[in-house]
Amino acid sequence: MRHLMSPLDFSVEELDQLLDLAEDIEKNPKKYAHACDGKKLATCFYEPSTRTRLSFEAAMLNLGGSVLGFASADSSSAAKGESISDTIRVISCYADICAIRHPKEGAALVASSKSGIPVINAGDGGHQHPTQTLTDLMTIRSLNGRLGNITIGLCGDLKFGRTVHSLINALIRYENVKFVLISPEELKIPDYIRDDVLRANGIEFKEVERLEDAMHELDILYMTRVQRERFFNEEDYIRLKDYYILNGEKMKLAKENMLVLHPLPRVNEISVEVDDDPRAAYFKQAQYGVYVRMALILTLLDITV
Amino acid sequence: MLNISGIHEGFVLDHIQAGMSLQIYHDLKLDKLDCSVAIIKNAKSSKMGKKDIIKVECPIEALDLDILGFIDHNITVNVIKGDRIVEKKILKLPKQVRNVIKCKNPRCVTSIEQELDQIFLLTDEEKEVYRCKYCEEKYTNPNKRLFS
Repeated sequence: MRHLMSPLDFSVEELDQLLDLAEDIEKNPKKYAHACDGKKLATCFYEPSTRTRLSFEAAMLNLGGSVLGFASADSSSAAKGESISDTIRVISCYADICAIRHPKEGAALVASSKSGIPVINAGDGGHQHPTQTLTDLMTIRSLNGRLGNITIGLCGDLKFGRTVHSLINALIRYENVKFVLISPEELKIPDYIRDDVLRANGIEFKEVERLEDAMHELDILYMTRVQRERFFNEEDYIRLKDYYILNGEKMKLAKENMLVLHPLPRVNEISVEVDDDPRAAYFKQAQYGVYVRMALILTLLDITV
Repeated sequence: MLNISGIHEGFVLDHIQAGMSLQIYHDLKLDKLDCSVAIIKNAKSSKMGKKDIIKVECPIEALDLDILGFIDHNITVNVIKGDRIVEKKILKLPKQVRNVIKCKNPRCVTSIEQELDQIFLLTDEEKEVYRCKYCEEKYTNPNKRLFS
């Protein structure tokens, strides 16, 4: 039985197969409409999420399966003090596959160690969010045509932003990917990514503070939100939340075919005027998220169509 | 000069960094063993200036020495049998340490999940880096010798 805890759980070849399957689903949705008839997905969300949970649910419904679960810790047995280990043992009796989101880092790994069904990490605190990474990879591959030979700018909260850390780890496995890390001093990429991942693998990168200084060279701009829930100190959050705002003026500095990605939800970091720019890919990205989760569910349930 | 007699069967842990012997006593759970233990603190050492030594009289299979490699792999372990040294063990960094150190990351699942073992994995042997199995928080051994 296979779980998904980190995007690196899949080799590059396995990832290619998964993305190929997701693309086939995109092109031939009817072919997969009953692939999961009679199967159930449990969505165990211990912290609020709109798009990730609904994306999983939409994915399972598109495959003909059913969904059950809870949307906050308050509405689960966690409020009564039940451990993650006990909860997943029980869920294993009700469902065929489980997507779990939890504010504590490593929670999905604990669940997978006690589970009788495949477990998908749908986000564990600031640690990993592998299905977002799969979504990002599919978006880049589909709209850019390739995952290698790109210069990608990562902008905003690079310290706590788990999507950024996961994406870097996934992209360094492809040829000639250059990173431009755009953040204020307080939200710079952690040492364990800069030293242990980028430098240790000889990856070309630079760190800048101004978005304007990087725009001209980027093939992909990956914007992130400064997340209130990752700060212990409200004052720090308020000071940093509007540090970067991507607007029409800044988009004029970018290449004609640059893509703007964002894991969503956005707050102020992308002005709504950018939404109509053909380079804005963040809503398409949300659609790709459903296809890639459909492909993931099929892969982990070992269902071929 | 302090004299402590030899042992018939057991271990002599030599070249312990001065001041570390009591921690090792606890980490090896020697307090739970019903056997003779001698702790020598601040013994003179030509190599280290001063050092600690622990002598344990016990069956040689009674101790799990993996943890010693984690605390300080420069410690010399002499295995004694029949009143003489039969082996000098070379300590290595263990691949995994269980329930010896606690993860300090307040966001780690180990802070809430009851009866979950605290497991750290060796992720970089050269730099002696251990990371929490669950949240990957880095642990740096504060007792790592400067001259090692």
